[in-house]
Amino acid sequence: MTTQINDRIALPPKDAQKTNMTCHFCIVGCGYHAYKWDHNTEGGRAPDQNALGLDFRTQLPPFATTLTRAMTNTITDKGGKKWNIMIVPDKECSVNSGLSSTRGGKMASYMYTHDGIGRERLKHPRIKRGDQWLDTSWEQALAIYAGLTKKILDNDGPDGLFYDCFDHGGAGGGFENTWGTGKLMFSALKTQMVRIHNRPAYNSECHATRDMGVGELNNSYEDAQLADCILCTGANPYETQTNYFLNHWVANLSGSTVDKKKKWFPGETAAAAKIIIVDPRRSATVAICEQVAGKENVLHLDILPGTDTALFNTLFTYVVQQGWTAKDFIAKHTSGYDDAVKTNRMSLEDGAKATGLTVAQIKQAAEWAYKPKASGHRPRTFHPYEKGIIWGNDNYVIQSALVSLVLATENVGRRGTGVCRLGGHQEGYTRPPYPGNSKIYVDQEVIAGKGLMYTLWGTNPYQTTLNAEQHRLVLSKRAKIVDEAISRARGASTEQLVDVIYNACKYQGGMFVAAMNLYPTQLADDAHLLFPATHPGEMNLTSMNGERRMRLSERFMDPPGSAKPDCLIAADIANTLKAMYQKAGQVDMAKRFEGFNWKTEEDAFNDGFRRAGRPGVEPIDSQGGPTGYLATYDLLRKAGNNGVQLPIKEVKDGKLIGTEMEYADGKFSTGDGKAHFKPAPWNGLPKMVADQKAKYRFWINQGRANEVWQTAYHDQYNSFVRDRYPMAYIEMNPDDAKALGVAAGDVVEVYNDFGSTYAMAYPLKAIKAGQTFMLFGYIKGVAGDVVTSWVDRNVVPYYKGTWGGIKRVGTVDDYKKSISFKDRRFA
Amino acid sequence: MEDIKIGRRFFLKSGGAAAAVAGATIIPIRNANAATLPASSGTTLPYPKKAVGSAKGLPLNQAVSFAYPDDSSACLAIRMGSPVPGGVGPNGDIVAYSSFCTHMGCPVGYEPGTKTFKCGCHFSIFDPENGGQMVTGQATEDLPRILLEYDAKTDSIHAVGVDGLIYGRQSNVL
Repeated sequence: MTTQINDRIALPPKDAQKTNMTCHFCIVGCGYHAYKWDHNTEGGRAPDQNALGLDFRTQLPPFATTLTRAMTNTITDKGGKKWNIMIVPDKECSVNSGLSSTRGGKMASYMYTHDGIGRERLKHPRIKRGDQWLDTSWEQALAIYAGLTKKILDNDGPDGLFYDCFDHGGAGGGFENTWGTGKLMFSALKTQMVRIHNRPAYNSECHATRDMGVGELNNSYEDAQLADCILCTGANPYETQTNYFLNHWVANLSGSTVDKKKKWFPGETAAAAKIIIVDPRRSATVAICEQVAGKENVLHLDILPGTDTALFNTLFTYVVQQGWTAKDFIAKHTSGYDDAVKTNRMSLEDGAKATGLTVAQIKQAAEWAYKPKASGHRPRTFHPYEKGIIWGNDNYVIQSALVSLVLATENVGRRGTGVCRLGGHQEGYTRPPYPGNSKIYVDQEVIAGKGLMYTLWGTNPYQTTLNAEQHRLVLSKRAKIVDEAISRARGASTEQLVDVIYNACKYQGGMFVAAMNLYPTQLADDAHLLFPATHPGEMNLTSMNGERRMRLSERFMDPPGSAKPDCLIAADIANTLKAMYQKAGQVDMAKRFEGFNWKTEEDAFNDGFRRAGRPGVEPIDSQGGPTGYLATYDLLRKAGNNGVQLPIKEVKDGKLIGTEMEYADGKFSTGDGKAHFKPAPWNGLPKMVADQKAKYRFWINQGRANEVWQTAYHDQYNSFVRDRYPMAYIEMNPDDAKALGVAAGDVVEVYNDFGSTYAMAYPLKAIKAGQTFMLFGYIKGVAGDVVTSWVDRNVVPYYKGTWGGIKRVGTVDDYKKSISFKDRRFA
Repeated sequence: MEDIKIGRRFFLKSGGAAAAVAGATIIPIRNANAATLPASSGTTLPYPKKAVGSAKGLPLNQAVSFAYPDDSSACLAIRMGSPVPGGVGPNGDIVAYSSFCTHMGCPVGYEPGTKTFKCGCHFSIFDPENGGQMVTGQATEDLPRILLEYDAKTDSIHAVGVDGLIYGRQSNVL
């Protein structure tokens, strides 16, 4: 039939090695187990013959397992021995209870094999000489990198060293790697010219809520099972926090947690949750909620783009008028209420006008979310949010408006409530304090010709930044200047090469580009040096998910070639610089690069996460807080896929005890322990964005799709994903498509004053006239090309707010034949 | 073979009718050389050849149930109405798929209005007109396609193999 057998898999034998693996893709962090066994053996079908304990002699019933070929692979270790691996979801993990998503379910396929999906992985450092990438040694790569860094530091100071670096958990992150890179950038190099993987400055996505004393991850996933109402804003959790939604929200929406609510909250009215979804787009989540809860229990507030603040202020005002506020809580645990009531005041009529909703819809939402229940208790309403707010019309203002509404109704600190971002990546932040005093818009500095050396660490601004076309064009041009200089340096020693590069950057406007990554990525078009990094499974790595649940993903296989964990690459750079400064007799400078004597990633973990807040230790910003030291690899290994929720309270009987709910004691993260209301008057659209809206016909909304993880760095090599989406798709209204002469599968140009890109048309009835939704951050068709350069007061972009024109470019025959353009909404 | 003549009524009965037919038949090994070569020479599983029915007997745009490669593996056959990749029959429009969602094995239902398979457990959608491609959802594999053969002389459709691993199995052939 075929030489590619796809109708059988090998089962792990009883004695297969079994290790813990938290999915390293989305924020949810589902628990999995990695099995590994000699590839020349396999388990039998009887339940006592395989490690899964399942009876494969007969057809398994639904829900018995999730086990596909994508969950298996055959790897080769450094000694040349082959092993079979299988990575399957953990039924005992409280996060996912055995569910796998279409992303996490592919983890095994994405582990490196020389002829597998991961075959393009970087195995050794590479240098671009002229127009060709060549493998080189770590010694040479580090000598060039550190040599150029030293020259810039000595001659120009740290502001010549630009970094774009992850600050998250999961793959390309984790407490080990944020610490390693952070210590290098902030303590050793002391550069402030740093941006983060998805935004153009060193800032937070949640400044406002933090300033108000409310950390953005303040409840447990279990609280979504306990809420009376979920008011979800700017998020599409079926596609982007899948198993949190399926395992916890759906349970509540379908009524299966009513008994639990009665038990937890005696005397309170308990019913299946109602859900309010604030999103201009009818997302997959809206459609599925209607299936699960019934249309009568789903309120889709399809506001006009960018009007969230008006909605929250209107709800706030109405709730105050109705007397549904938490008066005792406000008096005892908050400040600034009276001012907020005045500044945020918005009538139902004004709110309806601004948001495009009806007064009845807004009233309905207020009644579901805030009107006392039949039992007289105030409802427990959970307020999750994500990129609609974070990448929305002034992040700081929207969050201020939302959290003020939440504080007024005490929907934080009580079980079944919370005001939480849903998250993208997992978290995993431990770093020395940022050395700058202000937020620097690094992309604009690059565009303005500033900086000499740019290190892109586990990031890909070519696919993910705003105003991306302009940024790419300028960086590419500056990189080419260095390319030309390098290609002319024939036979140069490493020292001479460093001089050549430095001169090209310093005097000719060039920029040297280095990247640490799993894959070459699109950056290889313009980078000069690539360092091979590792991901979970090839290194031990700790992260925490959206309920602050910290787990250790255990190393179970070798990385490809000489790839290393990011923290150890950072240590190599620091140690090389230290040796260079020692050799040059610059003792003070050499000292700055001390403290990187790490042999393993666990050394980096112990140096950062576990030293934070300890007596006599320099300041460290860590999500583990001052009790992080209690978490050892050994205890985390024992804690398995359920791990511990940060902050850790204590170690009891060899077990880590964590925190399920923050602010349960009414003490908030402020100097006086009170939560602060924030004025957030309705602001309208920023002028730069409003100008595009006035000029162009279509709102170009953009975001993620279920099947694609991040920049598709793995997925682009997987036919399951690539054949589905060979190019970024753009959902558009069928009548709009018809008027433009566009059919499903046609390639269209999306353009405005900032840039132009291509996308594959995907007409859908769910999309309103004049609106679109384009896949963000994809390999082909970069949505960020048409995002304006507008940012809020903290340099947080408004990715979701841009308008553009669309015109048909043509047809790629194969797209129409091989791609399904059927409705992605389950109805 | 007698089951070839069984028309629409056969299709509309799932499991039972198919089981009766299969039970009366010795499962042939498709590889013509199987009898003379050692079993280890093949990479193809010993899929049975099982009658699905007549092309004419298939109702337009409706899923009909049958079981393949054995009684515990429910499948759905559809005459789509226009030629599709991998389609068989006089119009190249007949396809069949495992009806177990590749994610967690829940039965997928066919929706004639959208011509899609839908799984009510975790909301995956598959497209029978595009090789079982997952339109959206939580599976990591498209829906396994049942390989069909069409005999124009007798207008008969036979299932002869499976492309893709059926949910809940180590191997498609138990």
